[in-house]
Amino acid sequence: MSEQSEPVIVGFLCNWCSYRAADLAGTARLHYAPNMRAIRVMCSGRVDPQFVLKALREGADGVIIAGCHPGECHYVEQNIKTLRRFSLLKRMLRQWGVEDERVQLVWASASEGKVLAEAIDRITQQVRALGPLRWQESVLGRNGDGHVAPVEDLTMAEEV
Amino acid sequence: MADNGKPKFGMYWASSCGGCEISVLNIGDKILDVDSIFDIAFWPVAADFKYQDVRNYPDGYIDLCLFNGAIRNSENEEMAHLLRQKSKVLVAFGSCAYEGCIPALSNLTTKEATLRTVYLDNVSLDNPEGTVPQESTDVDVGELTLPSFYHTVKSLDQIVPVDYYIPGCPPEPHQIWAVLQVVVNGLLKGAELPPPGSIVGAGKVAVCEECVLEKDVKKIARFHRPYDLLPEPGICLLEQGIVCVGPATRSGCGALCPQVGMPCRGCYGPMDGVEDQGAKMLAAIASVLDVGKAGEDEHELKRKIDEAMETLVDPAGTFYRFSMAHSMLRRVRLNGNNGKKGEAQ
Repeated sequence: MSEQSEPVIVGFLCNWCSYRAADLAGTARLHYAPNMRAIRVMCSGRVDPQFVLKALREGADGVIIAGCHPGECHYVEQNIKTLRRFSLLKRMLRQWGVEDERVQLVWASASEGKVLAEAIDRITQQVRALGPLRWQESVLGRNGDGHVAPVEDLTMAEEV
Repeated sequence: MADNGKPKFGMYWASSCGGCEISVLNIGDKILDVDSIFDIAFWPVAADFKYQDVRNYPDGYIDLCLFNGAIRNSENEEMAHLLRQKSKVLVAFGSCAYEGCIPALSNLTTKEATLRTVYLDNVSLDNPEGTVPQESTDVDVGELTLPSFYHTVKSLDQIVPVDYYIPGCPPEPHQIWAVLQVVVNGLLKGAELPPPGSIVGAGKVAVCEECVLEKDVKKIARFHRPYDLLPEPGICLLEQGIVCVGPATRSGCGALCPQVGMPCRGCYGPMDGVEDQGAKMLAAIASVLDVGKAGEDEHELKRKIDEAMETLVDPAGTFYRFSMAHSMLRRVRLNGNNGKKGEAQ
């Protein structure tokens, strides 16, 4: 874990709220962590859990899913589905050994550029504190046989 | 090995239960046709061949090799390399060889924990001396060795290139016969074979398409395990709150399990266009849950949804019961959680 490594965070931002929040943060010249790579999706409900797993496998250290507040979704109730998926995804990612802080759901409306910028700052901090994920190298290295648990963690691993 | 001009058939089991072998025999009296068309070159469960016999064959000698079982130890891997070298057409036969299946569920934990559960910490064990298999043991006559037990269970195609995949735990006999006919026509009559890498002996869409249970609007408040409740006959199990993996599973089996009240467990793997069966099932199941609606307080909404999701026990084990080794993440990360304990729930 090198001290210099900067976390890479993939952000899925909904077209109607959070992407505009990011736009607003930009036009308002807010300063926030440059670690998030924004991907615009039409709705947070468009974020297939496969996208999140793929991001983690392909080198992201964290993932942000951002959408409209519940009740304000452009597609009426899609973000409630996002919330349901996210609740289950988080439960499942714990089993995969991915910390809660690495994958987070953020609500930010089009007027909340500051909320989004602060969330990105906070999540970047948290992920930096956890260190890099590097799934390809550290978990799948040597066809999965390079990844061995520290001995003191074995009891915990068994409870998974 | 007298050559009678017949195509050569091989079948091998790596880390598997033997069910795939049984399913080949379950094609019924057509097995006699298989015997008359093919010359059996290697099939440990049915005929007496040694590994050395296979090593003595010229490369590409076996025309069709059905390889079942996952890659769990160094012996499995060695045989995968050997059979790839000696076979013209190598088929990953059954869920284990295709995507890891039940053996790959141990990718949710460690090699040490697996060995401990199997040999030391199990109520039905009688092992007072705590004997655990060792890779090497010194005895009077010298050193005895066993294959080395891998940390991560792999599918066949993570070790060697594979020509075709036949999914299923085990594959359905009528599908096996259909595939054998295609291959025989290819080998004997020069008919065109499916493109390499194809999934054969299965459909392309979801199990739900084949399922006869009645499907309506899915609205459920919590999940049940199959033993929790007696399902209403004739109605979609998912609508009744039983986790049925049909929506994320490839068709081809005829939806046999849901017809008798057992939820689909996902043994045919993900359907066309889906890479990660578990993630797809996760997305589907969240759409079925009817808890929380727009307009409720954000914290209250989250609490209610979390509470309902708690009723789904072991999501990773349920959604990836058969496809762990072929999933996007493939095995769990052991040094995660930043030292937090008791992370499972």
